[in-house]
Amino acid sequence: MTAPADATKVRGETILSVDHLVKHFPISQGVLFKKTIGQVKAVDGVSFELRRGETLGVVGESGCGKSTLARLLMRLETPTAGRVTLEGRDLLRAGGADLRRLRRNMQMVMQDPYTSLNPRMTVGDIVGEPFEIHPEVAPKRSRRQRVQELLDVVGLNPEHVNRYPHQFSGGQRQRIGIARALALRPEIIVCDEPVSALDVSIQAQVINLLEQLQDEFGLSYIFIAHDLSVVRHISDRVAVMYLGRIVEIGTEEQIYQRATHPYTQALLSAVPVPDPEARDRQTIIRLSGDVPSPADPPSGCHFRTRCWKAEEVCAVQDPQTVPRAADPHPSACHFAEVRTDV
Amino acid sequence: MSDFETVAATENQAARRGVSGEPGTPGRAGRPERARSLAGDAWRDLRRNPVFWISLLLVVLVAAMAVVPGLFAANDPRDCVLSRQHAGPSGGAIFGYDFQGCDTFARAVYGARASLLVGALSALITGVIALVVGMLAGYFGGWVDAVLSRVIDIVLGIPLLLAAIVLLKRVSTSGDTVRLFAVIFVLALLGWTTAARVVRSSVITAREQDYVAAARMLGAGNGRIMWRHILPNALAPAIVVLTIALGSFIAAEATLSFLGIGLKAPTISWGIDIDAGRVHMRESATPLIVPSAFLALTVLAFIMLGDAIRDAFDPKLR
Amino acid sequence: MTQSSARPTPASPTPPGGHLLEVRDLHVEFRTREGVARVINGVTYHLDAGETLAVLGESGSGKSVTAQAIMGILDTPPAYVRGGQILYQGRDLLTRPEEERRQIRGTEIAMIFQDALSALNPVFPVGWQIGESLRERAGMSRADARRRTTELMDLVRIPAAAKRLGDYPHQFSGGMRQRVMIAMALALDPKVLIADEPTTALDVTVQAQIMDLLADLRRDLGTALILITHDLGVVAGVADRIAVMYAGRIVEHADVRALYRAPAHPYTKGLLESIPRLDVRGQELSSIRGLPPNLMAIPSGCPFHPRCPYVQQVCVDEVPHDLVLGDGRTSACHFAQEVHDDSAG
Repeated sequence: MTAPADATKVRGETILSVDHLVKHFPISQGVLFKKTIGQVKAVDGVSFELRRGETLGVVGESGCGKSTLARLLMRLETPTAGRVTLEGRDLLRAGGADLRRLRRNMQMVMQDPYTSLNPRMTVGDIVGEPFEIHPEVAPKRSRRQRVQELLDVVGLNPEHVNRYPHQFSGGQRQRIGIARALALRPEIIVCDEPVSALDVSIQAQVINLLEQLQDEFGLSYIFIAHDLSVVRHISDRVAVMYLGRIVEIGTEEQIYQRATHPYTQALLSAVPVPDPEARDRQTIIRLSGDVPSPADPPSGCHFRTRCWKAEEVCAVQDPQTVPRAADPHPSACHFAEVRTDV
Repeated sequence: MSDFETVAATENQAARRGVSGEPGTPGRAGRPERARSLAGDAWRDLRRNPVFWISLLLVVLVAAMAVVPGLFAANDPRDCVLSRQHAGPSGGAIFGYDFQGCDTFARAVYGARASLLVGALSALITGVIALVVGMLAGYFGGWVDAVLSRVIDIVLGIPLLLAAIVLLKRVSTSGDTVRLFAVIFVLALLGWTTAARVVRSSVITAREQDYVAAARMLGAGNGRIMWRHILPNALAPAIVVLTIALGSFIAAEATLSFLGIGLKAPTISWGIDIDAGRVHMRESATPLIVPSAFLALTVLAFIMLGDAIRDAFDPKLR
Repeated sequence: MTQSSARPTPASPTPPGGHLLEVRDLHVEFRTREGVARVINGVTYHLDAGETLAVLGESGSGKSVTAQAIMGILDTPPAYVRGGQILYQGRDLLTRPEEERRQIRGTEIAMIFQDALSALNPVFPVGWQIGESLRERAGMSRADARRRTTELMDLVRIPAAAKRLGDYPHQFSGGMRQRVMIAMALALDPKVLIADEPTTALDVTVQAQIMDLLADLRRDLGTALILITHDLGVVAGVADRIAVMYAGRIVEHADVRALYRAPAHPYTKGLLESIPRLDVRGQELSSIRGLPPNLMAIPSGCPFHPRCPYVQQVCVDEVPHDLVLGDGRTSACHFAQEVHDDSAG
């Protein structure tokens, strides 16, 4: 397999753009006659761009909407509003043959290597299924060979095509999932918590594999995870989500060294560092309380109920995710400041 | 215990990428990789299972009786002489004779045909209805599910015996073949609901799995998803329910015949003979016990077979 | 957060009257359809009053099974204890009748689990569940139990405790449910608390709250804590000593600072090097090659040898014994000193 070395494809140009993406899940009541009594605002106006060849990390705690975002991008959910542009086309409104072609360009690696592979299909059938759905990609004769190449690329023994998923360990199953995602030679891969279900000693193997594949095939990743250390390691740029919104987005360095949003700062300070001496120097910002329900988010700034900087303006005025004076990267805080006590 | 499974299910295999360029744990290198299929693995599992062999033997035996009863019983089951009423074993009649002076054993052997035919055909029709209804309701959900589920509830609410009496009354004077198929029709019509519910719930479970989402992301259509991803994962529970249903259909046929609304003499069936044996139980219990034992063993054999096959086809149990 | 200077080292002399809790050469196997899995193969560790021992390991390392053996909640079958002792205040729990073990559970040794939602009964209010052992085992009246339950919920910092007594588990967030679990475990004032991955299911900001709570409880109540986890970061913050498990054995046992400064077992070293650090942005992660062992066919000699960069013939032939290093720590590696010097240098 060779990397798509197309002269028209410039590293760094925008390959995917997401514009005010919204997904509200209705909460309904009643058995026979369903009545909508509210909305869960899972994704509430998310905008970002993905550049060719880069890794965009998306971090946030459970319920922040990062997994819904992935499902929206993959068209597993129907968005309430917004626009996603891929190859100059609106992905969200594409249908039929158009959608099938766009799907070839964007694939996903899922979190759980145990449920993401059909237990009754052999590895060869699982990795070969993309070719059955898109027969134009590989002629029938060459499919078996292509599958074996893919297994080799992700570091599995190509002779194991006839095995079933349960005969592999978690890390190996995740490699099978990666091989399936690579089959159609997409340019974008959405990774939804790809290592969080794996053992610590196996996580590094999979992260290294993802990095190698990126170099080899010029892939762009949207890397969704709750583990800030992993995200820092793999990402070029990072978006921080809270209650359905991106509260801060910037380069890896901007987010990890000069974060201006209080939530990002609290999140970073709480990460347990595996070094007792560094721990002594670590000043943890302790947030009070829990994340509010996305069905009833606070007015104005969603974070204000847990924020130590909150003032009246935060309840009234919704802060926009725009560059702030403290540091020129977008941050959704009226009082954006770089933390100085660390 | 999923922790444990992770480790135990592992075959050491070289993870060559991202592992410092060195080969991983030496596994069973050098052993040629055998082509494996689900059916092949299931067969290897079944081959070692004595329950499978015993139940299969019984099923084959009953099936053979149904096809060529003459091989098993020397006497003609319709050759009845009143002078032999309740006579002891003699000649080919190893269990003696019944009230009518017929060979008890021969009648039980010849009764297999009607019973098995009713059981197998009812189960087949039931299976088709259940798969179609369960699949549509489970996969599409929404109003399709709402309508089909209410239909299931309604059919489930009909008492089997009452409905059978009403429906079979219409054919009480018809010929043997018509009656046979009427019984099959009635049993299938009223018996598919349990299997349909099982299929529906396993389809719902399968539909929510990540691998279905993965297929959808690849651009797979509803047909492919249902056929390749959902059906194989919903089939196993359906097979078990149907094998057990096959047993209970045989029992139901016997019940209907016993009540006099199913098959009737001169057709030979276990239900008819059990009914006849019951009347004269005090004089001789053998004409009651023999067809009852045939019935019980056949039903049991199908249930055990269904269980064994289910276990073998579930790769997670291996 | 600074640790007290009187922190005991692994080689600390046995206090008069023996250790509070001591596991000696424990062996446990699981008998399954496929064969016998040797899950615990000679685990030895101890715990003294008021200290925190971290037991670190990946899935299948036997860290949770050891805790279940201490609690006496192993499912038999498939689990069978094949040898060893579990001494609590000098009494071998493994030889005691079930009745006595039940008495010890809760009143002397209590346990909290990773998944608080499934550990709580969804159909009873949390107040009732916390109070259950107070009424049933401490013989308190309803009113007393209620009062004590409110105190416990205050202790684990559940806001508006008195008002939330009647709430059901699903009305609590993940972090609050874990607090309820801790309150239940503390109800009978146990001397030992075993926490099995208490924060794994929680978000980082909530994780920090729970770890703070556990550290404070230990300080205020003097409860000794066994913290079972796979997360090297969580351990670094709260533990005094750390025991690293691999394939049902303890491969390294050390003071937590000494271990992080210079691990003396190749497995520990590999783990520390394979995790991305928030405070250090590195290039490629060095990873441990291969896979965790199949417990039905544990490699000969040192179980880690197929994955070990230090491997020599002796590792294949001989099971390494615990090597005691200078500062009182142990490492089950033939080349422990070499590994230690490499990591320190």
